[in-house]
Amino acid sequence: MGTYLIRRFFLMLLTLFGISVLIFTLLRIVPGNIADIVFNAAGMIDVAEKAKLERELGLDQPIAVQYVQWINGLAHGDLGYSYVSEKPALQEIAPRIPITAKLAGLALLFAVSLGVPLGVLSAVKQNSALDYVLRVISLSGLSMPAFWLGLLILMGFVKFFGTIPIYTRPPEGFWNSLALFAIPAAAVGFRSSALIMRLTRSSMLEVLRQDYIRTARAKGATDANVNYHHALRNAVLPVVTVIGLEAAFLMGGLIVTETVFNIPGVARFLVEAIRWRDYPIVQNLVMFIAFVAVAINFLVDVLYASLDPRIKYS
Amino acid sequence: MAAKFIALAAVVLAATVSAAQSAEPKSGGVLHIYHRETPPSLSIHEEATFSVNVPAMPLYNNLVVYDQHKPQNSMGTIVRDLADSWSTGSDNLSITFKLHQGVKWHDGQPFTSKDVKCTFDLIQGKGQDKFRKNPRKDLFNNITEVTTNGDYEVTLHLKRPQPSLIAMIASGYTPMYSCHVPAAQMRTHPIGTGPFKFVEFKQNESIKLEKNPDYFKKGLPYLDGIEFTIITNRATAVLAFVAGKVDMTFPTEMTSALIKDVKSQDPTAVCEIAPINVSTNLIVNRESPPFDNIELRKAMALSLDRKSMIDIIFQGQGDIGGTLLPPPEGVWGLPPDQLKTVAGYGDVAKDREQARAIMTKLGYSADKPLKIKVATRNIATYRDPAAVLIDQLKTIYIDAELDPVESSQWFAKVARNDYQVGLNLTGNGIDDPDQAFYENYACGSERNYTHYCNKDLEALFDKQSVETDLAKRKQMVWDIDKKLQEDVARPILMHARSGLCWKPYVKNMTIMNNSAYNGYRYEDIWLDK
Repeated sequence: MGTYLIRRFFLMLLTLFGISVLIFTLLRIVPGNIADIVFNAAGMIDVAEKAKLERELGLDQPIAVQYVQWINGLAHGDLGYSYVSEKPALQEIAPRIPITAKLAGLALLFAVSLGVPLGVLSAVKQNSALDYVLRVISLSGLSMPAFWLGLLILMGFVKFFGTIPIYTRPPEGFWNSLALFAIPAAAVGFRSSALIMRLTRSSMLEVLRQDYIRTARAKGATDANVNYHHALRNAVLPVVTVIGLEAAFLMGGLIVTETVFNIPGVARFLVEAIRWRDYPIVQNLVMFIAFVAVAINFLVDVLYASLDPRIKYS
Repeated sequence: MAAKFIALAAVVLAATVSAAQSAEPKSGGVLHIYHRETPPSLSIHEEATFSVNVPAMPLYNNLVVYDQHKPQNSMGTIVRDLADSWSTGSDNLSITFKLHQGVKWHDGQPFTSKDVKCTFDLIQGKGQDKFRKNPRKDLFNNITEVTTNGDYEVTLHLKRPQPSLIAMIASGYTPMYSCHVPAAQMRTHPIGTGPFKFVEFKQNESIKLEKNPDYFKKGLPYLDGIEFTIITNRATAVLAFVAGKVDMTFPTEMTSALIKDVKSQDPTAVCEIAPINVSTNLIVNRESPPFDNIELRKAMALSLDRKSMIDIIFQGQGDIGGTLLPPPEGVWGLPPDQLKTVAGYGDVAKDREQARAIMTKLGYSADKPLKIKVATRNIATYRDPAAVLIDQLKTIYIDAELDPVESSQWFAKVARNDYQVGLNLTGNGIDDPDQAFYENYACGSERNYTHYCNKDLEALFDKQSVETDLAKRKQMVWDIDKKLQEDVARPILMHARSGLCWKPYVKNMTIMNNSAYNGYRYEDIWLDK
C-alpha cells in the first residue's frame, strides 16, 4: 500500500506538471492577451502603446521564460498579480475558494443524499409506479440544463414569494449561509443526483440478481438486511467512482450556477479571468482545480480499498 | 353633505401635504444599482466605456459639467462644477477658469489650480506620471499650455479658437485628477473631490461608495452611499430589480422588450428609453479591390433599409440619421428634410433599383453575385445587425457571409486592414461635431478605421470648429455630414436607443438623451422611503 501511495503521489505531480504546461500553452494560443483586450475595449489600435503595456506586464518575454517565472513563483508561494485588479492573485483567489467549496460541498451532499437512497428504492421497487416516477425525475435531471433550472427557480421565487435568492452581499452566520447556498446547490446538484440515482439503480439491480443474494434470502435474511447490508455495499463501488468524477465535473455546472445566482465564487471568476486573459488568475486557478480533481481521484482510489477487501494495492 | 365635503377637503389636504413632503429631498439611504460587468478600472481617463463612468463619475468633479437634470447636453446646459466661473479670452485663444475655494480631495488634501494643470499634463502625456491607456488624448491636442495664476485660477491656452473645447471639458470623461495620487492608483483606489468616496471594488462582486461629508456643495449628496452589485447575467439582474434587490437597473441596459417585461411584473417601476449616441455603421475597406471602386461602395450604401433594421434589432426604438445624432434629441444631426436629400436615405425600393443598376454595370448579377465576408465582433450587439445587413446586401447581388471576429482581435484586425466589409459600433462621449469628425474621419486619426481621407473636407472640419456663431456652425456641420454620407465614408445604419428603470422612490433621476457618458454624478439623487 505504501509503495502504491508513493507511486500515486509522483503520478499526481506528473499530472499536475502536464496540466501546468497545457494550460500555460493553451492560454497563449488563444487569440489576444490582456493588452489586446484593454485596448480593444477602448477602441484603441496604437501598436506602440500596446507593446508598452505588454512590456510592463512581462508579456514580451519568451513563453519558456514566462513559464519558468510562473512555476518558480508558484514554488515560492508567489502567485503573481492579477492584471485586471492589480492586486496579488492570491488575495483575489483565496476569498473565493470557500464560497465555491461550500456550494460544491452542498451540491454533492444533495446529489448523494438524494441519488443513492432513491436509486436503491427504485431498484428494490423495480417496475412499480414509484420506480417509473423516480426514473422520470432522474431523466429530467439529466436532460435539464443547470442554467435553465436556475432561471426557473429564480422566476418562481420572484413570482410567488416576491424575493430572489441571489448573492448580493456576504451572508452572516451559518443559517443565512445555508439558506443562500442551498437553492443554487440543489440546482447544480440535481443533475448529479439524477446520474447517481440511475447508476445506483442499475448497479443494485445487477447485484440483486447475484447468487449470494439468493443465498442470503434462502438463509432467512430480512429484505432490509439483504438490500442495505449485502447488496448496497457491493453496488456502491461504481457509484463511488462516479461520485468522485462528478465532484470534479461539478465545476462546469458551477460556472453556470454561480453566474445565474450571482455567486462570486472561483468558477465564475475563472470565466471572467479567461475573458480578460488574466493569465496569473487563470493559470493558478486551473492548477488549484486540477489539484482538487487529482486529489479527489486519489481519495476515491484509497476509499475503494477500504470498501472492497478484494482490492489490494501494491 | 357638509361632512362629505370636509372629508374630501381633508383627503385633498393630506395628499397635498404628502406631495409637498415627498418633493422635499431627504437625506440618507444607500442607492443599490446592479452593474452589468466588472469595469476594467475606475480611472475614467483611461477607459472608454460607460461601465466605468457610471460607478466612477460620482467620485469626481469636472471644471464644468453638463447640467445633470437637463436631458439634452448642449453648450447651453454647461454649468459650473469645480470652476465657479469661466471666460474666453478676447482672441478666443484661451479659457480661464476661476476655481472654487476650499475644495478638498477625499484624502483631505486641498484642490488647487496645480491639480488642473496636472490633469491636462496627464491627458497630453506631458507629465512625469503617465496613463497606461489614454484614449482621448487627441481631443485635447488644441491645448498648447496650461498656466496657473495663484491657487484658484487656471488658463488653458489654445492653438486656435475652439468653442467645442468647453463641451469636452464638461463631459463625464473629463474629471479632474490630483497631482499627489499616482495614475496607477486611480485605477484601483481613486481619490477624487466628488460627492462620494471610494470604499471598495471587488472584481465580479461589488463596488461601494460612501458619502463624502466634506463635499464642497453644501447639503449634498443626499445619499449615504451607492452600492453597485455586479450581476453579469442580464436575466438575473432584471429579476433582481423586479424583486427589489436593487433600486435601479444599469443605465442603457434595458431594451423596449425588457421594459415591457419589467412593467408587467412591477407596474410601479419608472422606465425611460432614450438615444445613447451610439451609431451602428458600415466600414468598407476602400484600399482593397473591388471596394476601391466608389461606385461599388455607393451601391452598398443604397442597399440599406434602415427602418427595417431598426424594427428588427430594436423593435422600432432607434433613429435614422447621419454621422451626428439626429434631432430632436441630437443637437447637430441632419434634420429629416435634409436627410431625405442624401443618397440612400430616400425610397428604399428606388435606391435598390439604382444599386442593382450599378452592380450590373460592374458585372454582377443574381447568377453571378459578388461574394464577400462581413466581419464583425462576435458579440450580439454587433452580430445581430451584421446578419440583417447581410440579408439587405443580397438584394443587390452581394452574397455575404458573416465573419465573427473574437472581440479581443476586432480593432487589431481592422487596423491591419484585414477585412473587406465590416460592421462597427461607434459611441460618442459628447454630442459634438469636433469629437465626431476629428476622431472618426480625420486623415490619420487612430479611430478612422476606414482610412477615409479628404483634405478639403478636413479643412471644413477646422472651419466649423473655430466658428463661434452657432447657427452658421450648424449649417456647416450639416454640409460636412451630407458630404461624408455621399462619400460613403462610413455609412451610418442606425442610432441606438436604450433605457433605464428605477423604483418610484428614487428621486431626481434624469436620463441624458444625447449621450450615455455624462449623467452619473448622482449628487442630488435621494430616496423617498
